[in-house]
Amino acid sequence: MSQTVGEVITSPPPPARDERVARRSPFARLLTRPEVGALLGAIIIYLIFFSVAPAFRPAESLSSVLYQSSTYGIPAVAVALLMIGGEFDLSAGVAVTSSALVASMFSYQFTTNMWVGVLVALVVALAIGFANGYLVVKTGIPSFLVTLGTFFMLRGLNLALTKQITGNVATNDVSDMQGFDSAKKIFASSFSIGGVSIRVTLIWWIIFVAIATWVLLRTHLGNWIFATGGSAPSSRAVGVPVNRVKIGLFMLVGFMCWFTGMHLLFNFNTVQSGIGIGNEFIYIVAAVVGGCLLTGGYGSVIGAAIGAFIFGMANLGIVYAGWNPDWFYFFLGVLLLGAILLNNYVRKRAEAMR
Amino acid sequence: MTTTTAQSTEERTTAPLVRLTDAGKHYGNIIALQGVSLEVGGGEVTCVLGDNGAGKSTLIKIIAGLHQHTEGRYEVEGKPVHFNSPREALDRGIATVYQDLAVVPLMPVWRNFFLGNEVRKGVGPVSVMDVGFMKRTTKKELSDMGIDLRDVDQPIGTLSGGERQCVAIARAVYYGAKVLILDEPTAALGVKQSGVVLKYILQAKERGLGVIFITHNPHHAYPVGDEFLLLKRGRSLGYYAKGEISRDELTALMAGGAELEELHHELQAGGGVAAAAAHVLEEEVKELGITATGGQP
Repeated sequence: MSQTVGEVITSPPPPARDERVARRSPFARLLTRPEVGALLGAIIIYLIFFSVAPAFRPAESLSSVLYQSSTYGIPAVAVALLMIGGEFDLSAGVAVTSSALVASMFSYQFTTNMWVGVLVALVVALAIGFANGYLVVKTGIPSFLVTLGTFFMLRGLNLALTKQITGNVATNDVSDMQGFDSAKKIFASSFSIGGVSIRVTLIWWIIFVAIATWVLLRTHLGNWIFATGGSAPSSRAVGVPVNRVKIGLFMLVGFMCWFTGMHLLFNFNTVQSGIGIGNEFIYIVAAVVGGCLLTGGYGSVIGAAIGAFIFGMANLGIVYAGWNPDWFYFFLGVLLLGAILLNNYVRKRAEAMR
Repeated sequence: MTTTTAQSTEERTTAPLVRLTDAGKHYGNIIALQGVSLEVGGGEVTCVLGDNGAGKSTLIKIIAGLHQHTEGRYEVEGKPVHFNSPREALDRGIATVYQDLAVVPLMPVWRNFFLGNEVRKGVGPVSVMDVGFMKRTTKKELSDMGIDLRDVDQPIGTLSGGERQCVAIARAVYYGAKVLILDEPTAALGVKQSGVVLKYILQAKERGLGVIFITHNPHHAYPVGDEFLLLKRGRSLGYYAKGEISRDELTALMAGGAELEELHHELQAGGGVAAAAAHVLEEEVKELGITATGGQP
């Protein structure tokens, strides 16, 4: 017995917690999140504009920046999820315009209630997303190429059909149509809090980001999205319906593009058929700046929202600072590259900390 | 010697968990597998041995439901089956641990453990994953298998090869697999880690699971296996119970006497160090009892 006791004494008591896990401060834990780089970048850019541009400081300006950000941020929510799922959608920018054109022209030509046009546009937008996803999944062709094809097709259709139907490059004003006012309330109204006017798209944006983040981190669907982007063959082998996840994500992009398109329509009453080209890159850049891995399997919707906010700040900040707007895209490039480098640096440090 | 197999078949009151009879697979006009028979019951380890290109992968893909056999019969618990997807095979209790382990490196261990079988609470569209339960279960299941993980939140890509292998095996066992197919689990591992994996194979056997262990290493197969199926160029080279064959005979069959002999001559012609290696090889060939005329002991 004494021997046993001796042994017990010489062997150290089992530690209450695993001694191999170094105590990590909440700060170090925070640094391992994918969106941290973007957050730091956003703070730095905000401080720069805050110090150099007095016009940037009032709450009203921040509201404008947030509005601008939300119009890019809403599609970026879906584009980020799609990127985490391992795919791209280059047709997202023009799909926004397509949705707006369909809703506007359908209601106007058939003199229906605006809501009929809105629903038809939703069906069309989801169909475009489904077509993209189906082609990618069934052919195995990279989504970069498939959606580049859809991008050009939609770009052509937008212009050609609009000219054919209205005889003009823009749609007719629909502001006096039935159902316009109620639709405008949903998609393009504004209200004020403490004297600062807030656009409704900002609220929608926050709701979409919250739902998407919850789905991504707390539901099995989110698990499947991460897995599909991280390794599609492995996911398939354990029973994840990879194809349905991908098609669903493309359709979600369609949905968000439709929503943004409805905002355009009910905000401006008419739609220019040529707009939206190039916006797809802004959505993708917002997602990448926000910490989404270009190769899929890693990223965050909150990060993409911060990415869109950085873009909105740069876009309006230059105007508020009174800089020559010709330089806008140059500054934008610098800001984005800087944000990505910072992001990269933070992620590497965070991984080394593990 | 075939009586041993016959007896064991008679002794079984129920049908074996998995039985292939003269199964084959064609890809167009290419014959990947032909006339292969195999049986696995509960608490049995059947080893499938063969060199690269012997048809091992095709065989497990058929059993796992990734491919369909084009010839012969495939029965699970006595009922003929034609699986259209790995999901269907999984539902019948046939789980596969692939060479690449079917894990997503960037995802945390617990997310990988439950991938495709997420535990949910709540109903309908508002059901959420029970993250706490999933993390606890992962930690517990792994420690039951003797793997003490530092942190189930770390990406699975940061684990060692042996650890990842064991996570994949523990996962299959947890999901009530009746038959475990292990595709070359020791191929990329060192000696010590291979030993760990072999231990888990025996543990699964003790729990009453049927194990199909694919390998090209007879030294790993012999200690744990009850039956041995040898494949070569898509055909069965022999199907032996453990009592019917010794490890040396197994090695000899695997290596193929003629091939070893050829290698011996090649090395000898090289001179110097190569000749010394040839001498070692010659000793080994003698020890295994392979004659120059062919791979028979």
